[in-house]
Amino acid sequence: MIAHLLLHLLVLLLFAPLLPGVIARTKARFAGRQGPPLLQPYYDLLRLWRKGFVLSRTTTWVFSAGPVVGLVVPLLAALLLPFGALSAPLSFEGDLILFVYLFALARFFTAAAALDTGSSFEGMGAAREVTFSCLAEPTLMFALLVLAKLSGGLSLQTLFGAHLPAAWGSGAGPALGLILVCLFVVLLVENSRIPFDDPNTHLELTMIHEVMVLDHSGPAFGMILYGAALKLMVLGSLLVRLALPWNSGFWLFDLLIYLGGLLLLAVLIGVVESVMARLRLVRVPQVLIGTSLVSVFALVLVLR
Amino acid sequence: MGWFVAGLLLLGFSGVPGLFAARAGGGAEKLACLLVWAGAACGTLAVWEVLKHGVPLVLDLPWAIPGGALALRVDALAAVFLLPLFLVAASGALYGLAYWPQRAHPGNGRRLRLFFGLISAGVMLLLSAANSLLFLLAWEFMALSGFFLITTEEHQSEAREAGFIYLVATHTGTLALFALFALLEQAAGSLLFPGAGALTLKGAEAAAIFLLGLFGFGLKAGLVPLHIWLPGAHAAAPSHASALLSGVMIKTGIYGLTRLTSFFAEIPPWWGATLLALGILSGILGVALALAQHDLKRLLAYHSVENIGIIALSLGMALLGRSYGVEALVALGLAGALLHVVNHGLFKSLLFLSAGAVIHATGTRELDHYGGLLKSQPWTGALFLGGAVAISGLPPFNGFISEWLLYLGAFGAAQTEGPGPTAALLAAPALALIGGLALACFVKVFGVTFLGAPRSEAAHHAHEAPFLMRAPMIALLLACAWIGLLPQTLVPLLEQAVALWSAAPEASAGLSAPLAPLGWISALAWVLLLALALGVWWLRRRARGAARAETWGCGYALPSARMQYSASSFADFLVRLLRFGLWSERHGGAARGLFPEPGQFASHTPDLVLDRGLRPAFCGLAWLFRRLRALIQNGLSACYLLYVALTLIVLLLLGGFF
Repeated sequence: MIAHLLLHLLVLLLFAPLLPGVIARTKARFAGRQGPPLLQPYYDLLRLWRKGFVLSRTTTWVFSAGPVVGLVVPLLAALLLPFGALSAPLSFEGDLILFVYLFALARFFTAAAALDTGSSFEGMGAAREVTFSCLAEPTLMFALLVLAKLSGGLSLQTLFGAHLPAAWGSGAGPALGLILVCLFVVLLVENSRIPFDDPNTHLELTMIHEVMVLDHSGPAFGMILYGAALKLMVLGSLLVRLALPWNSGFWLFDLLIYLGGLLLLAVLIGVVESVMARLRLVRVPQVLIGTSLVSVFALVLVLR
Repeated sequence: MGWFVAGLLLLGFSGVPGLFAARAGGGAEKLACLLVWAGAACGTLAVWEVLKHGVPLVLDLPWAIPGGALALRVDALAAVFLLPLFLVAASGALYGLAYWPQRAHPGNGRRLRLFFGLISAGVMLLLSAANSLLFLLAWEFMALSGFFLITTEEHQSEAREAGFIYLVATHTGTLALFALFALLEQAAGSLLFPGAGALTLKGAEAAAIFLLGLFGFGLKAGLVPLHIWLPGAHAAAPSHASALLSGVMIKTGIYGLTRLTSFFAEIPPWWGATLLALGILSGILGVALALAQHDLKRLLAYHSVENIGIIALSLGMALLGRSYGVEALVALGLAGALLHVVNHGLFKSLLFLSAGAVIHATGTRELDHYGGLLKSQPWTGALFLGGAVAISGLPPFNGFISEWLLYLGAFGAAQTEGPGPTAALLAAPALALIGGLALACFVKVFGVTFLGAPRSEAAHHAHEAPFLMRAPMIALLLACAWIGLLPQTLVPLLEQAVALWSAAPEASAGLSAPLAPLGWISALAWVLLLALALGVWWLRRRARGAARAETWGCGYALPSARMQYSASSFADFLVRLLRFGLWSERHGGAARGLFPEPGQFASHTPDLVLDRGLRPAFCGLAWLFRRLRALIQNGLSACYLLYVALTLIVLLLLGGFF
């Protein structure tokens, strides 16, 4: 059990920074550029780890709590989540609620850390972040309701269990398709990707997540980047398992399917980021409410 | 039972010695605090006895008043409501020593302590009453003491207005309760409360009883649209009185509804559905109105509306479970509701007490005058943060545990096959939305109050609260953390209460399976807490001696504290999104021309029901009746003679008919 837990975390910790690298490379290729090396995020983390700090005079201990929560929460949440067909180290009835609320805790402290600097830009980012997330939350709940209804259990392990291939083939296929789209939108919102937020923008006024971490430096900033990569992988795992629900029976194949799926997902995000412009801020809530409605339809399809 | 009665008397009379003490000087404030503590300790002992043996305490004494005996009954259901009462009353009394000392408030200090004790005793009596008359008596005791607590600062027109609105509201509710208990007496044949599930009433009579109860108790609990008295009252009362009002008193409405529904053997599905819908409405509207406020205590008061909504929706789930015979839903819904009653009592009083410490230090309730208080008030800030995390329903504190139970119930309802309590699944997305909005609101409150730079002179010179104010807050936070970190310890209490409510000893079995993972949650909460503490400690150590600089302001060299995001600007995006339900007023704020003149901006969100609905309606009615009176009572004797003649004719005609 301990070995399982450590392996689970090891896969997460080692693989996660590759995803932002793949996204960046995809975008570069779309733009006709060479792009940074695939392993660039690892180098960045290493460099930040060795750097010193510059802290704002207005900040308090809450400012350092933000990066720590942002790093600890995905690690804890990953313990509840099966990686593809590989089972989760910890699983109990109702762990899906804990999973959702752990990320809410991370949001609370990231936004609080942003407000700790007293900068109006960071206040702006924090306000946008909490606004968009609370609109994405019902979508996630409807999606989980659909999955819970199909699986008959209340743990992430059962929700993303071996029944999924059969469920795709049965009448619930369309509902699962809708849920897949909704979860993809939630993934983009929660990880601040285009079309909801542009991680590469250089204008503070238009940023959401980037502006919240403007004042972090050195290892604290490294923790934030690492935490963001972990979050992308953890939330992406939900999508990958839903889209590639096969169990081969041999752990190595399962792992390869899972990691390959994650890489595909990263490429997909890169493609979306390359072909879309970001939405105007006032349009974002409309999209999110639209996705909530789509997920309601999915629920109706399953309940009928 | 002796302990219970002793506690009741000690609490009730705690303020009385003060009346004989001199106005100048201590006013026997320490004695009053001691009596409250003794009373709370006696009460806790009695409740402990109930829970240990699983047998209710009963007291039956002959009574001169017609309609039965003086019957008291303390069972597990009452115990759930009594425990937070004792903790909040004891903490409030200690807090009051420093927050409202007799020397600083010679005019109203003794009166505040008198009614603080009386309302605690009133709630205690109400929760243990097993007789309708006694219940109503305690209800009025509590309601009137509440009025005097709200109007403590009666020289301020705001407090007077809030008090009168409260008085009107509470007596309207009492009127409904009179009718309710009259009907109940007819149905049950006695003024004594029937046992759980003993009332086999159906049809219109049962519906009338339920609707009267929903109105009377809902008015006290503050369910939207009956919450009109709540925001003003909680804002006007002194902070430790607000803590008692919000943490304990409004829960008596929930207690009434819970007790009332336990009498019935059969519950039609529409009861649960109504309560569920009202709960969702209260939850969303309460938190939306809270987001739009910039008065700290009004904001917290609207959060009480939100939390009452959450409790009501879980009670609705339990009722739906009863109607369809789904035991798991009954157990989870009721356990969630009761646990949330306890939790809200704890974290809301913690928040009101720490808000009081902030107001004490800065002298204002306006959020936009705060800022950077965590530096001058490190303890208060950390305690408020704990309360904020708890009320947002986040792990590792207690709010998460009760919401977790509710989610389990809602997901379980979605999984039941065939026609059944499917409506209960709506609770899950509604709770998610409410939770997200509450999180936004508390990030706003905590951030604007305690983080950043001070926005006013008063915030610059703020000071930490004295130890007497901090100690009760620490106790409340520890209680929140205890439920969050060791939730298994509460399972026996919840099981007893659920078995009592559904009148079936085996009903608690529906609870043991879903509650088994609480051990996992507890373990993960500990890991989370330890990992965070370790991480923050490590990062702080690593950052020791780091270079200090100004906050990055996009290259702008002269940042000022007024440029920070304020409470209104933080909430603006969400408030605009929710404008269809809030109808905020905005004035000014537009910049004209290339070099705009200095401008002004003001935003204000009045209460949807009171300020937009009832006040204009009653003003219109008052105007109409004034006109009518001027028309009829016009001072002409001829007209009066005409009225007499007309009345006589009408009476004669009527006499001819019958």
